[in-house]
Amino acid sequence: MAAQEDVGRFARQHAQWHWSEIAFWCFLLGCGFLFTSRFLIMTEILRLALFALSLDLILGYAGIVSLGHAAFFGVGAYGAGLLALHGIINEPVIALLAAGLLASLVGFLTSFLVIRGVDLTRLMVTLGIALLLEALAERYSNITGGTDGLQGIEMAPVLGLFSFDMFGKVGFFYSLAVLFVLFLLARRIVHSPFGLSLRAIKNNPLRAAAVGVPVNRRLIAVYTLAAFYAGIAGALFTQTTALASLDVFAFERSADLMLVLVIGGTGYLYGGLIGAVIFKILQEFFSTITPQYWQFWIGLVFVVIVLVGRARLHRWVLFVPNLIIAQLRGSQAVVTVPESDAS
Amino acid sequence: MTSILTNLFDGVAYGMLLFVLACGLAVTLGLMNFVNLAHGAFAMAGGYVCAVLVNQSGWPFFAALPLAFVSSAIIGAALERTLYRHLYTRSHLDQVLFSIGLVFMSVAAVDYIMGSSRVYIKLPAALEGQFDFFGVGIGRYRLMIVVICGLLTLALQLVLARTRFGSRLRAAVDDARAASGLGINVPQVFAFTFAFGCGLAGLGGALSAEILGLDPYFPLKFMIYFLIVVTVGGSSSITGPFLASLLLGIGDVAGKYYVPKMGPFVIYTIMIVILIWRPNGLFGRTAAR
Repeated sequence: MAAQEDVGRFARQHAQWHWSEIAFWCFLLGCGFLFTSRFLIMTEILRLALFALSLDLILGYAGIVSLGHAAFFGVGAYGAGLLALHGIINEPVIALLAAGLLASLVGFLTSFLVIRGVDLTRLMVTLGIALLLEALAERYSNITGGTDGLQGIEMAPVLGLFSFDMFGKVGFFYSLAVLFVLFLLARRIVHSPFGLSLRAIKNNPLRAAAVGVPVNRRLIAVYTLAAFYAGIAGALFTQTTALASLDVFAFERSADLMLVLVIGGTGYLYGGLIGAVIFKILQEFFSTITPQYWQFWIGLVFVVIVLVGRARLHRWVLFVPNLIIAQLRGSQAVVTVPESDAS
Repeated sequence: MTSILTNLFDGVAYGMLLFVLACGLAVTLGLMNFVNLAHGAFAMAGGYVCAVLVNQSGWPFFAALPLAFVSSAIIGAALERTLYRHLYTRSHLDQVLFSIGLVFMSVAAVDYIMGSSRVYIKLPAALEGQFDFFGVGIGRYRLMIVVICGLLTLALQLVLARTRFGSRLRAAVDDARAASGLGINVPQVFAFTFAFGCGLAGLGGALSAEILGLDPYFPLKFMIYFLIVVTVGGSSSITGPFLASLLLGIGDVAGKYYVPKMGPFVIYTIMIVILIWRPNGLFGRTAAR
């Protein structure tokens, strides 16, 4: 019994809000008032953060390596675009939910394909599904607009109150609110017994099955959830840019997303958020130096990160903050990257 | 009827080309269990070397082909020794990230050096056009591909099955520890195989410039095809990938000819179905343990 109580207390301790988390969100909100000329890029960061959060749910918590996460992003993007274009659902928030649900439906259906087989098969199947959807979108270009994309999307005001402006102010706060709500949900989920069982599956599926975790059902559930998140990210993309084109399904989008998550660190929720900020800054930086060839440098970042080792990199990054914390509050309070990230 | 046969022949040529391009990957991915998404980059390197030699230095096409092989093999060996070998024991996620990074770098680098437009290799006059063979139109260039690739396949099969190196490779793949205990230099065998596979990809890249098209996005565009060949073919022997690439080639050509509107849809669906049905590939096991 004592062990069980320990586990419970430990889990609850981890689930508590830390003051640095509150500071982080206050900072994000503050950005909206400080950098009033930079709404578009900040909205992009928020969108990417939400998308990375979605990948983190399956990669960081459940250990499914996906090369085709853009599939759900694309479904959400086209879903929201088509709903708005044909005037079926004009209200952005409801359209967002509808697009998310559509993506999660696709996620649920494809999850049965993904849970079969080992890593390599999963890679291939996820990649295949994304390519398949891209081919479908290209095939039915009368619906999707083909390579030109959906054009002339007009969004109604959010909740009937705030209409989208050309500086992207409303888009930013709207995205921030969506990200925050979904983050709260994800936070609740990963700290629940469900989230703990996902970690058990990631560490060792066989052992998890042996202690009574229904592995396949859990994987299906989290895959569907991640698809929902990705769908919402895609819908946000369409709503804030009023555009949806074939490149929402592109392989580069899935690949970049992995980089985002790996920069920030997998297996904890802020990884995607921090990664999105760093990635966008890097991308801006590289594309101002070499507008056409920034991909080279992004590729170099990939290679260096892997060669240096993700765990070592995070130790370096956390070295200075930990030094400060250790000075102030004793060695107990140091920040560490979750153990599961080391592998 | 004749159009069916012509398509069949084109499909076979296409499939054999895919085999030469992808069989190096069958070893790294299927046997050494290393997810190398950057295989197409080596093919592209060979293609561009051939293009530069033929178009700018005026080499004859057939003299440039071996050079394409050699240059890709050298690049492959250098990268294997410096970078790849550190990653054999890493997780698949690391391998995927690393090789995607290489793909991005190669795409941008080639774009920078050679420009982003499609490159054509000047072919000797003897290879252009097609001739009739009992009413079946056969492209000369495609016939040459079938001959070269067929010979290569036979040679590969012989090397793997009959020579001392072949048995060393098979032993190293089956159980690296036991093989090194028997005195086989496993890293050396792997390095040599990797370089050879890259060389074959380079040769394939040079041959494919005419059929698949050669531009900086080659590694991204055809990555999925190489992966299909390996995962669908399995890797217990080279017959599996060979049959898989023939199937893929014939299927793709037929699909584009008879149901052009479905595009690559058919291929992806078939791939997913096969992978669901037999996760270890159609022909035998994979080493994806």
